[in-house]
Amino acid sequence: MKRRKFDLASVPGKTAKGVDERLQVATPLRGLLNKVFPDHWSFLLGEIALFSFIVLLLSGVFLTLFFDPSMKEVAYEGAYPALRGTEMSAAYESSLRLSFEVRGGLFMRQMHHWAALLFMASIVVHMARVFFTGAFRKPREANWAIGIALFLLGFLAGFTGYSLPDDGLSGTGLRIASAIMLSIPVVGTWLSASIFGGEFPGELIIGRFYIAHVLLIPGGLLALISVHLGLVFKQKHTQWPGPGRTNSNVVGERMFPRYALKQGGFFMTVFGVICLLAGLFQINPIWLFGPYRASEVSSASQPDWYVMFMDGLVRLMPAWQIDIPIGDGYVIPPLFWPAVVGLGALTTVPMFYPWIEARRTKDYRSHHILQRPRDAPERTGLGAMAFTFFVIATLSGGNDVIADKFHISLNAMTWAGRIGLVILPPLAYYLAVRICLGLQQHDREVLAHGAETGIIKRLPNGQFVEVHQPLGPVDDHGHPLPLDYAGWVVPKKMNRLGALAPAVKGFFFPVEKPVEAPVSPAVPPVAGRDQREEITSGR
Amino acid sequence: MTVTKDDQHGSGRKPVDLSDPRLSRFEIVKEGARRDDIEIVTYESQFAGPNTKAEKRVERAIALLFLLAGLLGLVFLVAYIWWPWEFELGHTNSDYYTPILGISLGLALLAVGFGILSWAKKLLPHEVSIQDRHEAMSTDEDRQITGQTALFMVDELGVQRRPLLRGAVLLGLAPLGLVAAAPLVGGLIKSPHKPDRGEKSPMFNTGFNADLNEGKPVRLTREDGTGVRPEDVSVGGQITVFPGIPGGATNEFADSPTLLIHLRAGDAEVARKAAESDERNKGAMWGNYVAFSKICTHAGCPASLYEQQTNRLLCPCHQSQFLITENARPIFGPASRRLPMLPITVDAEGFLVAASDYRETIGPDFWERP
Repeated sequence: MKRRKFDLASVPGKTAKGVDERLQVATPLRGLLNKVFPDHWSFLLGEIALFSFIVLLLSGVFLTLFFDPSMKEVAYEGAYPALRGTEMSAAYESSLRLSFEVRGGLFMRQMHHWAALLFMASIVVHMARVFFTGAFRKPREANWAIGIALFLLGFLAGFTGYSLPDDGLSGTGLRIASAIMLSIPVVGTWLSASIFGGEFPGELIIGRFYIAHVLLIPGGLLALISVHLGLVFKQKHTQWPGPGRTNSNVVGERMFPRYALKQGGFFMTVFGVICLLAGLFQINPIWLFGPYRASEVSSASQPDWYVMFMDGLVRLMPAWQIDIPIGDGYVIPPLFWPAVVGLGALTTVPMFYPWIEARRTKDYRSHHILQRPRDAPERTGLGAMAFTFFVIATLSGGNDVIADKFHISLNAMTWAGRIGLVILPPLAYYLAVRICLGLQQHDREVLAHGAETGIIKRLPNGQFVEVHQPLGPVDDHGHPLPLDYAGWVVPKKMNRLGALAPAVKGFFFPVEKPVEAPVSPAVPPVAGRDQREEITSGR
Repeated sequence: MTVTKDDQHGSGRKPVDLSDPRLSRFEIVKEGARRDDIEIVTYESQFAGPNTKAEKRVERAIALLFLLAGLLGLVFLVAYIWWPWEFELGHTNSDYYTPILGISLGLALLAVGFGILSWAKKLLPHEVSIQDRHEAMSTDEDRQITGQTALFMVDELGVQRRPLLRGAVLLGLAPLGLVAAAPLVGGLIKSPHKPDRGEKSPMFNTGFNADLNEGKPVRLTREDGTGVRPEDVSVGGQITVFPGIPGGATNEFADSPTLLIHLRAGDAEVARKAAESDERNKGAMWGNYVAFSKICTHAGCPASLYEQQTNRLLCPCHQSQFLITENARPIFGPASRRLPMLPITVDAEGFLVAASDYRETIGPDFWERP
C-alpha cells in the first residue's frame, strides 16, 4: 500500500475550504473582519460596563460554589473569633466562611463587589456620554431605552446581591425594601407578604433573592446586553464630525487587527484595575456588621452608591401622609412617593426622552454624527439639571456622614437637601445653557476673526491692537473670509495651528529627532470619496 | 450582489485579478475591503522605515511588559499557594494575603493590557478607513411586498371572515394564559392578614401579645432572655427589650424590639401628662418608665439613637426624629406617625411586664392601617 505524502502546509487551507463549503462563511466573515469602527475615547465607556459584567459573571460563578442561600439558624463556629457562638443564618455563616476559610475567597468576593460598583458607574457615565452627544437620536432610540432598562436591572442585581450575605447592613436594606412594598396603596401588604412569604423577615427571602440574583436578573441582563450590542453592530456606531465624515459613512479603523486588539488590551486593563481594587480596598466587611438583628443598626448605614440617590430622596421627603377617611380610614405613607413613584418615574420617563426631543425639535431624520454638548444647549441644560438632581439626592443619601465629618447640624443638611433639590437643578439648567451659548459664540468668533496670537501691535497712532491669526484664507485687505462651523473643535491656540512643533516624545531622552510641525496636528489628512460619489450619481 | 458593488467602485479602477501572482497580500485585503464598500484611505507604518531604532525600542518595551506579566502571574501563584492565608487574630502575615493577590494579579493583567494596547497603538500601522453606512432603506416596493405578505397570512387564516373561530380562540386561550400565571401567582401569594400566631393578623400584633404566653403578661427581657427589673435601668438610661417568650429576641419577632427608657423625674412628669391626655397611651407608663416600639414607623429600621438631654430618638436610616416626652411624636424627617407605646407594669416578682400588647400598629405604615 502506498502511503500518501502528508502535506502539513495545506491543512489550514483545506480545512478552511471544507468549512466554507459546508457553512458558506467566507463572505460574511470578510465583512466582519473589515467592519469599520470610529474611534474616540468616549466610545469606550460602555465597554467598561461590558467588561465589568464579564468579570461579574466569572467571579459570581465562583461565589455560588460556596454560598448557601438558606436562612436556617446556625451557631457560628468558624475562623473569625469575634462571632463564635453567635446565632446566625446559614447564608451569613457561609458568607463568612467564604471570606475567611476559602483560599482567595475574600479576594473573589471583593472583586465581585468592586466589579458591580464599576459596572453601575460605567453605565451611568456611558449614559451621560450618549445623552450629551445626542447619540440616542433616531435611529438609536430603542437602544437608549434598553440602556435605561439595563441600569434598572443592574440596580436590582446590585440590591439583591448585597442582600444575600444577610449581615446587619443587608438585613436593614431588606427591612426598608419591605417597608417600601408596604407603602404601596391597596396592594402593599399583600405584595410584601407574598414576596417575603409572610411577615418580615420570614425564612424565604434569601433563597428567593438568590435565584433572582444568579439566574433571573443576570439572564435578563445578558439578553438585553446582547440586543444592545447587536443593535450597535447593526446600526453601526455614531461618529464625531471631522474631515471626510458624513452622515452616510463611518470613518475609523477596520475591526481587525488594530481595533479588536485595542479592545482586548482594554479588557485586560479593566480586569486589572478591578483586581487592584479588590486586593487593596476593603469593601463590605460583613464580619464587622454581625448577623441581622431587627433591633440593631449602626449610624452611617449606607447602601451601595447607585442606590444612595433613592435613599437620599427618601430622607429628604417631608412627612406628608395622606389620610383617606373612608371606613376605618386608609393611609398613603410618605415613603410611597420617593421610593415607588420616584424610582418608577426616574427609570421609565427617561426611556421616552429620544421621542420627546424629536417631537419638540420636529427633527425626524436619522443622525449618525454626534453633536458637541454646546451645540444643543437645551439638551445639555436638561442633562445638567438631571445630573444636579442625582448628585444632591446621592449626597443626601449620606447626609448623616457629611454632618458628622464636617460638624454640620443633621437637620440643616436635610433642609439644605430639600431646598437644593428644588432650586439647584433649574439653576444648573440656566448656567449650562448660558455656558453652551458662550462657548458657541466663542467658536464663531475665532472662526470669524482668527486665533489670538498673543502679539500686541502698536499702530502709528498709538493704538494697541492684538494680531489674530486667521484660520482660513483672507481677502485683499487681510481680513479673514468667513468660515462655517463644522460641529467640531475650533483651534483656538497658536500651537494647535502648528505655530509650535508638537512636544518631543520620550521620557528621559528624545525617542526620535523632533519632527517638523505637521500641517494638521492630531488629525491625519483624510480625503473624501469624491470620485466614487460622482460615479454613483452619474449612473 | 458583489458584482454590482464591483461595478460601482471598479469603474475608473481596473478590477483586480486575484489570480495575479504579483499581487501583494495587502492588495488582496484592500480589494476585499472594497467589495465590502470600505476604502482604506491611509494605512501607513508609524516608523520611517523597517527596523528603525524606535521600532526596536517599542518592541523591547512590549516584550518587557509581557515578561513582567508572566513574572507577576508567578508571584500570584506562589503567594496563592504558599503565603499563610488562614485568618488569625491580631496583626499577622495573613493580613497581606488578599492585597498580595490583588497587586500581583492586577499588575499582571495591567501589564498584559498595556502590552496589547501598545502593540496595537504603537506597532500596527495607522489606519483610516471609510465604510459606507448603507442605511439604504428598503424600497417602497419591498415594504409593500412584505406588508402584503403579512396581510396575506392573516387573510389565509381567515380570522376576519370566521368570527366563530376568532371568538373561540380568544375564549379558549385566555384561560390557558391564566393557567401559565396561576402557579406563580397562586404559589407566591400570601395573605398578610392570615392569623399565624394568636388570633389576630400578624400585621397587628407582636411578641408582647399575652396569647403567646398562655394568657399571662409577657415579660420585658434582655437579648439573653433574662427579665428586667426597674432598678436595672439607671435614671436617664435606656435598654432594648424583647418579649420574654421563646425566640422572642430572634428575627421571628422582628416587629417586637422595644426601647425601655427610665426618664428623669421632670421629663417623666411631662411625658405622663402627654400620655394621660392621649386616648391610646393612657396609663401606659409605669412610674418614670416608658416603653416605645423601636421599629421606626417610616421604613422599619430600629430607631435606636437616644439623645438623653433632649429626649429625642433618632432613626439612623433616614433621620426621622421622635420626641419621647410627647408620645414619641415625629418632629423631624420623613416619618409621619408616632412610635407606638407599649403599656408596661411590674409583676409580682418585680419584673417589668407588658400590661397588654401594643395598642397601635407597629412598624412601617401601610394602606389599611386602622
